[in-house]
Amino acid sequence: MTGYVLRRLWQSAVVLIGVSILVFAIMHLVPGDPVRQALGTRATEAAYQAMRERAGLDEPLLTQYLDWIGSAFTGDLGVSFRTGRPVMEMILERVPATVSLAAAAIVVALLIAIPLGTIAALKPRSPVDWFATASSQAGLSIPDFWMGIMLILLFAGTLGWFPSGGYVGLTSDPVGWAHHLVMPAVTAGVASGSILTRFVRSSVLEALGQDHVRTARAKGMRRRDVLGWHVLRNALIPLVTVGGVQLAYLLSGVVIVEIVFAWPGLGQMALQAVESRDYPLLQGSVLLFAVIFLLVNLLVDLLYARLDPRISYVGAAK
Amino acid sequence: MRDEALDALPVEGKHRSRWVETLLLLGRNPMALVSGAVLFALVVVAVFGAAVAPYGYNEQFAGGQLEAPSGQHWFGTDEFGRDVFSRVLFGAEVSLRVGLVAVGISLVAGVLMGLLAGYFGRWLDDVLMRFSDMLFAFPAMLMAIAILAILGPGENNAMIAIGIVYTPIFARVTRASVLSVREEIYIRASRASGAGNTRVLARHVLPNVSAPIIVQTTVSLAFAILSEAALSFVGLGTQPPDPSWGRMLSEGRGFIEQAWWMALFPGLAIFVTVLAFNVLGDALRDVLDPRQRSALSGKGGGA
Repeated sequence: MTGYVLRRLWQSAVVLIGVSILVFAIMHLVPGDPVRQALGTRATEAAYQAMRERAGLDEPLLTQYLDWIGSAFTGDLGVSFRTGRPVMEMILERVPATVSLAAAAIVVALLIAIPLGTIAALKPRSPVDWFATASSQAGLSIPDFWMGIMLILLFAGTLGWFPSGGYVGLTSDPVGWAHHLVMPAVTAGVASGSILTRFVRSSVLEALGQDHVRTARAKGMRRRDVLGWHVLRNALIPLVTVGGVQLAYLLSGVVIVEIVFAWPGLGQMALQAVESRDYPLLQGSVLLFAVIFLLVNLLVDLLYARLDPRISYVGAAK
Repeated sequence: MRDEALDALPVEGKHRSRWVETLLLLGRNPMALVSGAVLFALVVVAVFGAAVAPYGYNEQFAGGQLEAPSGQHWFGTDEFGRDVFSRVLFGAEVSLRVGLVAVGISLVAGVLMGLLAGYFGRWLDDVLMRFSDMLFAFPAMLMAIAILAILGPGENNAMIAIGIVYTPIFARVTRASVLSVREEIYIRASRASGAGNTRVLARHVLPNVSAPIIVQTTVSLAFAILSEAALSFVGLGTQPPDPSWGRMLSEGRGFIEQAWWMALFPGLAIFVTVLAFNVLGDALRDVLDPRQRSALSGKGGGA
């Protein structure tokens, strides 16, 4: 187990360094001069020189990289080309909106997946099972941006039940926060819910076939109790890990949903950074996303190894 | 690991019958037949779009802006008075082309990486797989956006970006299968009889790891088409006035109150196409990778 953990930590560190190099390269792979691109033709020569200097673009590449990554470790991701504000500050402002959305979306996903997957597994090859399979196929295939627009059309336009977009802070107005959150969370959660439904189904099916479940049934335990005590408890442990991976995706992958619902999160900011050629902001947000994604995946793997000792052998055997 | 199931497939001389058998088995699955038919229709529309579409994709009807669906314009018209139905038909070609080229890039690059990493192992495996881990560390959509920030928006660059994003998954799938066949007797025999690495890889390893790669290709086509639509939706993919489903959706979004049809139909086209690829991918997996099937249906989970 310790060997596996060390190995996994080492791998993540190597990947992280590689990721930082790739992110660093963004600014340098842009054809032409990134500062010139960002400022456009209106800027004065003095402003141009000042920004170049502030971004450290006249230093040798290695020095630039080491400076950049060194500062990143201390939480300094540079200064936005567009606003002149620290990138970290701009990112932190956006975190609550993105975290709210990702957390709500994973709740939606679990609310879909656990009941649907369990019922499908309890009645394999029944119409319910067929429905679960078909709807998870559909949920995986539906474009989230289209679904969002259709929800807005129906629930914001025609019925007027929910606002068509925007974000309200949790602390300033909890009811408004929840009200604004419903449609984006459903839109972002459906795909994850579809993936998790399949997972819950096969996991419950596997648990149903275990000896201890048969024994519990044979000794006359009530069906409901067998399901709760023996089946779901075992089947849902691995769900923690798959759910964790989905959460990582949601934290970093809700760009499009944020655009559709004018949700002021990190994804929306990253896209705005691309549009305004604000490379430090883009680098900062991409690096942050990749780090979150790596960390959550690492945690999930370690958690999984802890929950299921067989994994460490599989991982170490290679 | 489901890929281990692919170890014992016949080697040479039986390829043909195996593919015929696969098709026959697929033919027994009604869902596969339906999705196959949908995709066939899509290809026909993509190839013969100009002949099938009632109007040109940029043909404007003066005074016919934002018209609701009617006998003349089945899917209505957009804000410039263009026929939405014709534009959706022309959009099929863009979606399929971007999807095929992008997946082609991932397929070639990823399979090559996976073959080399799995077959030669050692440091090459470490280097290639850590590189693929790095690419994997970026959420797909974000990585495509970052690549397009460098390359600039546009259809060709979108293909490249999507191609890079889906390369690591092909590398992983291929490598896992190669690992499971690498020590098989027929591979060892071939090596012992003096065959060079290239020959062993091309004649023995590749054919025997092709099943999961085919499944992955089908599923990736679904995601690639979805990604192209998403990138075009945010303005980084296909540029106007070319008819891309994602682009049409984003234009339709601005007129959602007055003209729901502008957003409904392109989205429906994406949905149906992606669904067809996903269903076909699942059906192919059932046929080509039976252990995965039994695990999913739970009939022989422990076998």
